[in-house]
Amino acid sequence: MGFDQYHEPPEELPADIRTFARLCASLTEEAEALGWYEQRIAVETDPQALAIMRDAQGEEFKHFSMDLEFLLRRTPPWRAVAHGILFQEGDIVERGEQAEAEAFDEGGSGAQGSYEDGSLAIGSLKGAPR
Amino acid sequence: MNHLLRSHAPISDSGWELLDSEARERLTSALAARKLIDFSGPHGWEYSATNLGRTSPLGKAPSRGVSALKRRVLPLVELRASFELSRSELRDADRGADDMDVGALDKAAHEIAVAENVAVFHGWDGAITGIGEASPHEAVKLGDSTEGYPGQVAGAVEQLLCSGITGPYGLALGREQYRTVVETAEHGGYPLLDHLHKILEGPIVWAPGVKGAVVLSLRGGDFVFESGQDLSIGYDSHDGEVVRLYLEESFSFHVATPEAAVVLKP
Repeated sequence: MGFDQYHEPPEELPADIRTFARLCASLTEEAEALGWYEQRIAVETDPQALAIMRDAQGEEFKHFSMDLEFLLRRTPPWRAVAHGILFQEGDIVERGEQAEAEAFDEGGSGAQGSYEDGSLAIGSLKGAPR
Repeated sequence: MNHLLRSHAPISDSGWELLDSEARERLTSALAARKLIDFSGPHGWEYSATNLGRTSPLGKAPSRGVSALKRRVLPLVELRASFELSRSELRDADRGADDMDVGALDKAAHEIAVAENVAVFHGWDGAITGIGEASPHEAVKLGDSTEGYPGQVAGAVEQLLCSGITGPYGLALGREQYRTVVETAEHGGYPLLDHLHKILEGPIVWAPGVKGAVVLSLRGGDFVFESGQDLSIGYDSHDGEVVRLYLEESFSFHVATPEAAVVLKP
Protein backbone atom coordinates (compact mmCIF):
# COMPACT_ATOMS: atom_id res chain seq x y z
CA MET A 1 0.00 0.00 0.00
CA GLY A 2 1.42 3.36 -0.95
CA PHE A 3 1.03 6.80 0.58
CA ASP A 4 1.24 8.76 -2.64
CA GLN A 5 -1.43 11.24 -1.63
CA TYR A 6 1.08 12.94 0.62
CA HIS A 7 3.41 15.44 -0.96
CA GLU A 8 5.14 16.13 2.37
CA PRO A 9 6.25 13.63 5.06
CA PRO A 10 2.95 12.44 6.61
CA GLU A 11 4.39 12.51 10.13
CA GLU A 12 4.91 16.26 9.76
CA LEU A 13 1.32 16.86 8.64
CA PRO A 14 -1.53 17.55 11.10
CA ALA A 15 -4.45 15.14 11.13
CA ASP A 16 -6.87 17.48 9.37
CA ILE A 17 -4.44 18.01 6.50
CA ARG A 18 -3.93 14.25 6.16
CA THR A 19 -7.70 13.84 5.95
CA PHE A 20 -7.86 16.61 3.36
CA ALA A 21 -5.18 14.87 1.29
CA ARG A 22 -6.98 11.51 1.52
CA LEU A 23 -10.22 13.03 0.27
CA CYS A 24 -8.39 14.83 -2.54
CA ALA A 25 -6.90 11.47 -3.58
CA SER A 26 -10.34 9.86 -3.38
CA LEU A 27 -11.84 12.66 -5.49
CA THR A 28 -9.17 12.04 -8.14
CA GLU A 29 -9.85 8.31 -8.15
CA GLU A 30 -13.59 8.82 -8.52
CA ALA A 31 -13.03 11.21 -11.44
CA GLU A 32 -10.75 8.66 -13.12
CA ALA A 33 -13.37 5.93 -12.65
CA LEU A 34 -16.03 8.17 -14.19
CA GLY A 35 -13.84 8.63 -17.26
CA TRP A 36 -13.15 4.91 -17.55
CA TYR A 37 -16.83 3.97 -17.34
CA GLU A 38 -17.71 6.62 -19.90
CA GLN A 39 -15.25 5.04 -22.33
CA ARG A 40 -16.38 1.46 -21.61
CA ILE A 41 -20.03 2.38 -22.03
CA ALA A 42 -19.24 4.08 -25.35
CA VAL A 43 -17.89 0.85 -26.88
CA GLU A 44 -20.00 -1.83 -25.16
CA THR A 45 -22.78 -3.46 -27.20
CA ASP A 46 -24.16 -6.03 -24.72
CA PRO A 47 -27.29 -4.45 -23.13
CA GLN A 48 -26.86 -6.26 -19.79
CA ALA A 49 -23.21 -5.24 -19.50
CA LEU A 50 -24.19 -1.68 -20.38
CA ALA A 51 -26.81 -1.61 -17.65
CA ILE A 52 -24.32 -2.82 -15.06
CA MET A 53 -21.72 -0.27 -16.04
CA ARG A 54 -24.25 2.56 -16.04
CA ASP A 55 -25.26 1.50 -12.54
CA ALA A 56 -21.63 1.41 -11.46
CA GLN A 57 -20.97 4.84 -12.96
CA GLY A 58 -23.92 6.15 -10.96
CA GLU A 59 -22.14 5.08 -7.79
CA GLU A 60 -19.06 7.03 -8.87
CA PHE A 61 -21.21 10.14 -9.46
CA LYS A 62 -22.34 9.85 -5.86
CA HIS A 63 -18.86 9.19 -4.45
CA PHE A 64 -17.31 12.06 -6.41
CA SER A 65 -20.02 14.45 -5.24
CA MET A 66 -19.66 13.43 -1.59
CA ASP A 67 -15.88 13.84 -1.70
CA LEU A 68 -16.26 17.26 -3.29
CA GLU A 69 -18.84 18.45 -0.79
CA PHE A 70 -16.64 17.35 2.12
CA LEU A 71 -13.67 19.25 0.74
CA LEU A 72 -15.74 22.37 0.03
CA ARG A 73 -17.12 22.40 3.57
CA ARG A 74 -13.61 22.22 4.94
CA THR A 75 -12.25 24.96 2.66
CA PRO A 76 -14.22 28.23 2.75
CA PRO A 77 -12.27 30.01 -0.03
CA TRP A 78 -12.74 27.02 -2.35
CA ARG A 79 -16.41 26.87 -1.41
CA ALA A 80 -16.82 30.57 -2.15
CA VAL A 81 -15.36 30.17 -5.65
CA ALA A 82 -17.31 26.97 -6.33
CA HIS A 83 -20.52 28.67 -5.25
CA GLY A 84 -20.16 31.10 -8.15
CA ILE A 85 -19.47 28.38 -10.74
CA LEU A 86 -21.43 25.24 -9.89
CA PHE A 87 -25.05 24.94 -11.06
CA GLN A 88 -24.91 28.36 -12.75
CA GLU A 89 -26.01 29.27 -16.26
CA GLY A 90 -23.83 30.97 -18.88
CA ASP A 91 -20.21 30.76 -19.92
CA ILE A 92 -18.24 28.63 -17.47
CA VAL A 93 -14.96 30.50 -17.89
CA GLU A 94 -16.67 33.85 -17.35
CA ARG A 95 -18.43 32.49 -14.29
CA GLY A 96 -15.09 31.24 -12.99
CA GLU A 97 -13.37 34.59 -13.39
CA GLN A 98 -16.30 36.37 -11.77
CA ALA A 99 -16.46 33.92 -8.88
CA GLU A 100 -12.75 34.28 -8.21
CA ALA A 101 -13.00 38.07 -8.25
CA GLU A 102 -16.00 38.07 -5.91
CA ALA A 103 -14.34 35.67 -3.51
CA PHE A 104 -10.93 37.29 -3.32
CA ASP A 105 -10.88 40.74 -4.87
CA GLU A 106 -13.98 42.81 -5.55
CA GLY A 107 -15.76 43.06 -2.27
CA GLY A 108 -14.00 39.94 -1.16
CA SER A 109 -13.81 41.51 2.25
CA GLY A 110 -16.76 43.75 1.69
CA ALA A 111 -20.09 44.01 3.37
CA GLN A 112 -20.78 40.30 3.01
CA GLY A 113 -17.50 39.34 4.62
CA SER A 114 -14.46 37.57 3.30
CA TYR A 115 -16.26 34.33 2.70
CA GLU A 116 -19.70 32.98 2.10
CA ASP A 117 -20.61 32.88 5.79
CA GLY A 118 -19.29 36.39 6.43
CA SER A 119 -16.54 35.10 8.70
CA LEU A 120 -12.84 35.86 8.70
CA ALA A 121 -12.25 32.22 7.65
CA ILE A 122 -9.45 31.66 10.12
CA GLY A 123 -10.23 28.00 10.78
CA SER A 124 -7.46 25.66 11.81
CA LEU A 125 -4.06 27.22 12.43
CA LYS A 126 -2.11 23.96 12.68
CA GLY A 127 1.13 24.54 10.88
CA ALA A 128 0.86 28.33 11.20
CA PRO A 129 3.88 30.26 12.50
CA ARG A 130 3.97 30.63 16.28
CA MET B 1 -27.37 39.28 4.41
CA ASN B 2 -26.85 37.08 7.43
CA HIS B 3 -27.09 37.75 11.17
CA LEU B 4 -23.86 39.78 11.17
CA LEU B 5 -25.76 42.62 9.42
CA ARG B 6 -22.52 43.88 7.87
CA SER B 7 -24.26 45.59 4.97
CA HIS B 8 -26.15 47.83 7.44
CA ALA B 9 -22.89 49.36 8.66
CA PRO B 10 -21.76 52.73 7.26
CA ILE B 11 -18.49 51.15 6.13
CA SER B 12 -17.21 50.97 2.55
CA ASP B 13 -16.00 47.74 0.96
CA SER B 14 -12.41 48.92 1.29
CA GLY B 15 -13.08 49.80 4.92
CA TRP B 16 -14.37 46.29 5.59
CA GLU B 17 -11.36 44.87 3.82
CA LEU B 18 -9.06 46.85 6.09
CA LEU B 19 -10.92 45.80 9.25
CA ASP B 20 -11.10 42.12 8.26
CA SER B 21 -7.42 42.06 7.39
CA GLU B 22 -6.42 43.75 10.65
CA ALA B 23 -8.60 41.40 12.71
CA ARG B 24 -7.31 38.32 10.93
CA GLU B 25 -3.71 39.38 11.55
CA ARG B 26 -4.27 40.07 15.26
CA LEU B 27 -6.27 36.91 15.83
CA THR B 28 -3.93 34.58 13.97
CA SER B 29 -1.00 35.49 16.17
CA ALA B 30 -2.88 34.99 19.44
CA LEU B 31 -5.17 31.99 18.77
CA ALA B 32 -2.83 29.43 20.30
CA ALA B 33 -5.26 26.55 20.78
CA ARG B 34 -6.01 26.36 17.05
CA LYS B 35 -2.31 25.83 16.38
CA LEU B 36 -2.27 22.68 18.50
CA ILE B 37 -5.67 20.97 18.51
CA ASP B 38 -8.08 19.56 15.92
CA PHE B 39 -10.47 22.03 14.33
CA SER B 40 -13.81 20.94 12.90
CA GLY B 41 -16.19 23.15 10.96
CA PRO B 42 -17.30 25.85 10.64
CA HIS B 43 -20.80 24.41 10.76
CA GLY B 44 -22.68 27.71 10.68
CA TRP B 45 -24.37 30.09 13.09
CA GLU B 46 -27.45 27.84 13.36
CA TYR B 47 -25.36 24.89 14.60
CA SER B 48 -26.05 24.56 18.31
CA ALA B 49 -24.64 21.34 19.73
CA THR B 50 -21.91 18.74 19.33
CA ASN B 51 -22.88 15.08 19.33
CA LEU B 52 -21.18 13.21 22.16
CA GLY B 53 -22.59 9.79 21.34
CA ARG B 54 -23.69 9.47 24.97
CA THR B 55 -27.05 9.06 26.64
CA SER B 56 -28.61 9.76 30.05
CA PRO B 57 -31.25 7.60 31.68
CA LEU B 58 -34.82 8.85 31.77
CA GLY B 59 -37.09 8.05 34.66
CA LYS B 60 -39.78 6.41 32.65
CA ALA B 61 -41.02 6.07 29.11
CA PRO B 62 -44.23 7.73 27.89
CA SER B 63 -46.02 4.39 28.00
CA ARG B 64 -45.57 0.87 29.32
CA GLY B 65 -43.46 -1.75 27.58
CA VAL B 66 -40.72 0.52 26.27
CA SER B 67 -37.50 1.91 27.68
CA ALA B 68 -36.18 5.42 27.13
CA LEU B 69 -32.89 7.30 27.01
CA LYS B 70 -32.02 10.94 26.47
CA ARG B 71 -29.18 11.95 24.16
CA ARG B 72 -26.43 14.04 25.70
CA VAL B 73 -24.97 16.80 23.59
CA LEU B 74 -22.41 19.51 24.18
CA PRO B 75 -23.99 22.93 23.56
CA LEU B 76 -21.96 25.46 21.63
CA VAL B 77 -20.97 28.62 23.45
CA GLU B 78 -20.82 32.11 21.99
CA LEU B 79 -18.08 34.66 22.59
CA ARG B 80 -18.47 38.30 21.65
CA ALA B 81 -16.05 41.22 22.03
CA SER B 82 -17.58 44.61 21.23
CA PHE B 83 -15.67 47.65 20.03
CA GLU B 84 -16.25 51.10 18.57
CA LEU B 85 -14.51 52.80 15.69
CA SER B 86 -14.51 56.46 14.77
CA ARG B 87 -16.46 57.18 11.59
CA SER B 88 -14.09 60.04 10.93
CA GLU B 89 -11.17 57.60 11.00
CA LEU B 90 -13.02 55.29 8.60
CA ARG B 91 -13.60 58.20 6.20
CA ASP B 92 -9.91 59.07 6.34
CA ALA B 93 -9.03 55.47 5.55
CA ASP B 94 -11.30 55.68 2.48
CA ARG B 95 -9.31 58.77 1.42
CA GLY B 96 -6.15 56.71 1.59
CA ALA B 97 -4.91 57.30 5.14
CA ASP B 98 -2.69 54.36 6.03
CA ASP B 99 -2.57 54.98 9.77
CA MET B 100 -6.19 54.53 10.80
CA ASP B 101 -6.67 54.09 14.53
CA VAL B 102 -7.84 50.49 14.90
CA GLY B 103 -6.70 50.15 18.51
CA ALA B 104 -10.18 49.21 19.71
CA LEU B 105 -10.39 46.42 17.14
CA ASP B 106 -6.93 45.15 18.11
CA LYS B 107 -7.92 45.11 21.77
CA ALA B 108 -11.15 43.23 21.07
CA ALA B 109 -9.31 40.72 18.87
CA HIS B 110 -6.78 40.05 21.60
CA GLU B 111 -9.49 39.70 24.24
CA ILE B 112 -11.54 37.18 22.30
CA ALA B 113 -8.42 35.20 21.38
CA VAL B 114 -7.41 35.08 25.05
CA ALA B 115 -10.91 33.95 26.00
CA GLU B 116 -10.74 31.10 23.46
CA ASN B 117 -7.30 30.06 24.72
CA VAL B 118 -8.40 30.11 28.35
CA ALA B 119 -11.57 28.13 27.61
CA VAL B 120 -9.64 25.44 25.76
CA PHE B 121 -6.59 25.14 28.02
CA HIS B 122 -8.05 25.93 31.46
CA GLY B 123 -11.80 25.53 31.01
CA TRP B 124 -14.85 27.73 31.44
CA ASP B 125 -16.95 27.09 34.48
CA GLY B 126 -20.28 25.61 33.53
CA ALA B 127 -19.53 25.61 29.82
CA ILE B 128 -16.29 23.87 28.83
CA THR B 129 -13.90 21.40 30.44
CA GLY B 130 -10.41 22.54 29.56
CA ILE B 131 -7.36 20.46 28.71
CA GLY B 132 -5.74 21.17 32.07
CA GLU B 133 -8.88 20.30 34.04
CA ALA B 134 -9.31 17.01 32.20
CA SER B 135 -5.70 15.84 32.41
CA PRO B 136 -5.23 13.05 34.97
CA HIS B 137 -1.50 13.69 35.16
CA GLU B 138 -0.09 15.55 38.10
CA ALA B 139 0.86 19.06 37.06
CA VAL B 140 4.60 19.66 36.80
CA LYS B 141 5.86 22.74 38.66
CA LEU B 142 7.82 25.13 36.48
CA GLY B 143 10.64 26.51 38.52
CA ASP B 144 11.66 30.15 38.64
CA SER B 145 14.75 29.36 36.63
CA THR B 146 14.63 28.39 32.97
CA GLU B 147 17.47 25.95 33.62
CA GLY B 148 14.86 23.42 34.65
CA TYR B 149 12.62 23.88 31.60
CA PRO B 150 14.20 21.17 29.38
CA GLY B 151 13.97 18.62 32.19
CA GLN B 152 10.37 19.59 33.01
CA VAL B 153 9.24 19.47 29.38
CA ALA B 154 11.09 16.18 28.83
CA GLY B 155 9.42 14.84 31.98
CA ALA B 156 6.01 15.81 30.62
CA VAL B 157 6.76 14.09 27.31
CA GLU B 158 7.88 10.98 29.19
CA GLN B 159 4.62 11.03 31.18
CA LEU B 160 2.69 11.08 27.90
CA LEU B 161 4.75 8.21 26.51
CA CYS B 162 4.08 6.20 29.68
CA SER B 163 0.36 6.64 28.96
CA GLY B 164 0.80 5.40 25.40
CA ILE B 165 0.37 8.86 23.92
CA THR B 166 2.55 9.23 20.85
CA GLY B 167 3.93 12.45 19.40
CA PRO B 168 4.78 14.76 17.97
CA TYR B 169 4.10 17.03 20.91
CA GLY B 170 3.37 20.74 21.08
CA LEU B 171 3.92 23.28 23.83
CA ALA B 172 1.63 26.21 24.66
CA LEU B 173 3.49 28.81 26.69
CA GLY B 174 1.90 31.62 28.67
CA ARG B 175 3.15 35.12 27.93
CA GLU B 176 5.76 35.30 30.67
CA GLN B 177 7.05 31.79 30.04
CA TYR B 178 7.22 32.40 26.30
CA ARG B 179 9.24 35.58 26.72
CA THR B 180 11.57 33.82 29.10
CA VAL B 181 12.13 30.87 26.77
CA VAL B 182 12.75 33.01 23.71
CA GLU B 183 15.29 35.26 25.43
CA THR B 184 17.26 32.45 27.06
CA ALA B 185 20.37 30.76 25.79
CA GLU B 186 21.70 27.77 27.65
CA HIS B 187 25.30 27.13 28.56
CA GLY B 188 27.32 27.28 25.39
CA GLY B 189 24.89 29.71 23.78
CA TYR B 190 22.41 27.11 22.53
CA PRO B 191 18.93 28.71 22.38
CA LEU B 192 16.51 27.18 24.88
CA LEU B 193 13.75 27.42 22.26
CA ASP B 194 15.66 25.09 19.92
CA HIS B 195 16.41 22.66 22.73
CA LEU B 196 12.70 22.44 23.61
CA HIS B 197 11.85 21.96 19.93
CA LYS B 198 14.13 18.93 19.79
CA ILE B 199 12.45 17.41 22.84
CA LEU B 200 8.92 18.00 21.55
CA GLU B 201 9.40 17.42 17.80
CA GLY B 202 6.51 19.86 17.41
CA PRO B 203 5.63 23.56 17.64
CA ILE B 204 6.04 25.94 20.57
CA VAL B 205 3.35 28.59 20.52
CA TRP B 206 2.74 31.90 22.26
CA ALA B 207 -0.48 31.39 24.21
CA PRO B 208 -1.76 34.56 25.86
CA GLY B 209 -4.16 33.64 28.65
CA VAL B 210 -2.41 30.39 29.52
CA LYS B 211 -1.04 30.23 33.04
CA GLY B 212 2.28 28.40 32.86
CA ALA B 213 2.41 25.95 29.98
CA VAL B 214 0.77 22.86 28.55
CA VAL B 215 2.46 19.97 26.74
CA LEU B 216 0.10 18.01 24.51
CA SER B 217 0.14 15.44 21.75
CA LEU B 218 -0.45 16.59 18.18
CA ARG B 219 -1.21 13.11 16.82
CA GLY B 220 -4.85 14.15 16.34
CA GLY B 221 -8.18 12.96 17.70
CA ASP B 222 -7.47 13.88 21.32
CA PHE B 223 -8.77 17.46 21.54
CA VAL B 224 -11.61 18.66 19.33
CA PHE B 225 -12.61 22.27 18.75
CA GLU B 226 -15.90 22.39 16.87
CA SER B 227 -16.68 25.71 15.27
CA GLY B 228 -20.22 26.89 14.58
CA GLN B 229 -19.70 30.42 13.28
CA ASP B 230 -15.99 31.04 12.93
CA LEU B 231 -14.67 34.37 14.14
CA SER B 232 -16.46 37.16 12.33
CA ILE B 233 -16.95 40.91 12.55
CA GLY B 234 -20.58 41.92 12.87
CA TYR B 235 -22.43 45.22 12.99
CA ASP B 236 -24.33 46.45 16.04
CA SER B 237 -25.24 50.14 15.60
CA HIS B 238 -23.88 53.56 14.73
CA ASP B 239 -24.42 57.28 15.24
CA GLY B 240 -22.80 60.33 13.74
CA GLU B 241 -19.54 59.78 15.57
CA VAL B 242 -18.89 56.09 15.92
CA VAL B 243 -19.83 52.71 14.50
CA ARG B 244 -20.25 49.89 16.99
CA LEU B 245 -19.05 46.49 15.84
CA TYR B 246 -18.21 43.21 17.47
CA LEU B 247 -16.10 40.11 17.00
CA GLU B 248 -18.06 36.93 17.53
CA GLU B 249 -17.78 33.17 17.30
CA SER B 250 -19.61 30.07 18.46
CA PHE B 251 -17.85 26.83 19.32
CA SER B 252 -17.65 23.79 21.52
CA PHE B 253 -14.58 22.02 22.80
CA HIS B 254 -14.17 18.59 24.27
CA VAL B 255 -11.32 16.41 25.39
CA ALA B 256 -11.49 12.92 23.90
CA THR B 257 -8.25 11.68 25.51
CA PRO B 258 -7.60 13.35 28.87
CA GLU B 259 -4.22 11.58 29.16
CA ALA B 260 -2.88 13.36 26.07
CA ALA B 261 -1.75 16.52 27.88
CA VAL B 262 0.36 17.53 30.88
CA VAL B 263 0.09 20.91 32.59
CA LEU B 264 3.20 22.80 33.66
CA LYS B 265 2.05 25.19 36.36
CA PRO B 266 3.84 28.47 37.06
